[in-house]
Amino acid sequence: MKIHEYQAHALFAEYGIPTPGGRVAADAATAVHAARELGLPVVLKAQVHSGGRGKAGGVKLIKTDAELQPAAEKILGLTISGLPVRKLFVCPAISVASESYLSLLIDRGQATLTFIGCAAGGVEIEETAKTSPEKILRLAVHVAEAGHLSRETCRPFAQRLFHDSSQAEAAVGIMQAMAKLFLARDCALVEINPLVVDASGKVLALDGKIQFDDNALFRHEDNEQLRDLEAEDREELEAKAAGLSFVRLEGDIGCMVNGAGLAMATMDIIKHFGGKPANFLDVGGSSNPNKIVAAFRMILRDKRIKIIFINIFGGITRCDDVARGILAARAQLTIDVPIIIRLVGTNEAQARELLGETDMKVALTLEEGAQLAAKMVQAL
Amino acid sequence: MSILINQDTRLLVQGITGRDGLFHTERMVEYGTKVVAGVTPGKGGQSVLGIPVFNSVAEAVAQTGANTSVIYVPARFAKAALLEVSASPLKLVVCITEGVPTLDALDAFEQLKAAGIRLIGPNCPGLISPGTCKVGILPAQIHKPGRVGVISRSGTLTYEIVAALTAAGLGQSTCIGIGGDPVIGSRFVDLLPLFEADPGTDSVVLVGEIGGQDEVEAARYFQKHMTKPIVAFMAGLTAPPGRRMGHAGALIGGANETAVAKTEELNRAGIPVAQITSDIPRLLLSKLASH
Repeated sequence: MKIHEYQAHALFAEYGIPTPGGRVAADAATAVHAARELGLPVVLKAQVHSGGRGKAGGVKLIKTDAELQPAAEKILGLTISGLPVRKLFVCPAISVASESYLSLLIDRGQATLTFIGCAAGGVEIEETAKTSPEKILRLAVHVAEAGHLSRETCRPFAQRLFHDSSQAEAAVGIMQAMAKLFLARDCALVEINPLVVDASGKVLALDGKIQFDDNALFRHEDNEQLRDLEAEDREELEAKAAGLSFVRLEGDIGCMVNGAGLAMATMDIIKHFGGKPANFLDVGGSSNPNKIVAAFRMILRDKRIKIIFINIFGGITRCDDVARGILAARAQLTIDVPIIIRLVGTNEAQARELLGETDMKVALTLEEGAQLAAKMVQAL
Repeated sequence: MSILINQDTRLLVQGITGRDGLFHTERMVEYGTKVVAGVTPGKGGQSVLGIPVFNSVAEAVAQTGANTSVIYVPARFAKAALLEVSASPLKLVVCITEGVPTLDALDAFEQLKAAGIRLIGPNCPGLISPGTCKVGILPAQIHKPGRVGVISRSGTLTYEIVAALTAAGLGQSTCIGIGGDPVIGSRFVDLLPLFEADPGTDSVVLVGEIGGQDEVEAARYFQKHMTKPIVAFMAGLTAPPGRRMGHAGALIGGANETAVAKTEELNRAGIPVAQITSDIPRLLLSKLASH
């Protein structure tokens, strides 16, 4: 789960990570008021769950009062990577002496909680990792120790990030705070980019990003409260509420599959045969017929859909339950596109019996179904 | 022959009295797996399907000589269940539970590793050595005893591929679902050496997907250390970057985590990657013929 920069800054402040401070505003007038109180110059930053804000014109340094109102209005009118900007973060402009990168994340390959650092900040860290991997610092910490990391553990890493000893000590404190925050809130990522030294030599988190672990949300009402429903994909939220995983794509062949891996493979194989998958949809392991109805509803909302391919390999999922769901959906919804079904595995004979004589096309294998879907769309 | 589980496996089921635990224990017993104990805190002294239930793993192991555990408890209790195993003399634990918080999985995994206990999962379908033993939730009927090892990050996609192998007459030595989470106990590189060393395995099918670098590391391992052929399948060619595709770990973070990039790495190492699942038996047979 992603949160906004202003929310990340508030968490930084709560855990003792120094930030320049700032105010959030949902309209231009509030932004102007906040900027005047903070004192010019300020930086206006669009709050969207997307990178590339700067390039899209979503970050602007404001030096004069006259620029304030028009700039705030302009950024609040932007759409960045398809996401409308609804909030501005107004921050005091900092004169930056140097920039570095510092994050705490879960290193999948090593299966460890790991600090990543780079003394040359303000750049794409992934790019640096590729072009000059020797510049990337890493420090793995045990989860059991992360809540009370010693200064000695952090110091050598911090000293490679900052040559100045008082700045390195400040970074040690920031690392300890990041680890506490990571553990306390079940984060997936805590990133400071850039971590800057200002003109007075103070170390500050200028821009921050925090992501929470979705699997741990059941024990984090506090994280859930930071969710900005307007900034999230509505369909994915709706799918989640119905117990489905759904991602809309650009094509015209709707897909309904059980299991994430098989759902991806189904999309891939449709494409292999020249078709265009319209979505990723995993109906999950259990086989509540209502989930199938919800899945139909989501697929059919896209008017580009020309055909639906249902691919079920029953293991825990029972084919007869899926068949019941299909029948319920056809009774409740107007489905005016052809359906191809491929139901194999647990209780497939019962499923066939339930569906009886049907106008749906029946495929025996994944390939046959995918190929048929691609062909039928071409013929339409 | 097989790896990790066989006729000597003495299985303990954590969460045996839960809905899923009970249902799948029945399936495992039907298959011939020796289920010797169940653990549900507070329900010690009961018996389920004739299997004694204990309050703790320690007690169950002491009383029954169990050597392997499978976990079906809800996500919020998974860490406690895993930590109980880390303090026991068990050698292998399979965590079926989906949705385990990443920090819980990481913490438990670090302690299991320190204790020298192998973890498969979490968020996985488990494993099966066809004809002898099944630990987890895989549908037994699609498998057939044989000499192909299967390792996969997915569940139903594995079933699809195993069914294709079986239909082509290619039986399996052991099939393992390693799980779809970002942090898992055993990755491809941890299990490939076991298949390489197993006299009952001639070849390996590796089923990967977008996200992470595990397939790339597997390709490097294969190049350096393996004599047995591998055929792979990579799910997610059509997945858009930055979007999570169902599995918590199936998210394209960087350019090197795409299915295309990983397919190239596998090909470069001499591992053919099937474009469609039904092509896997053909590629495997041609690899075995030229081997």
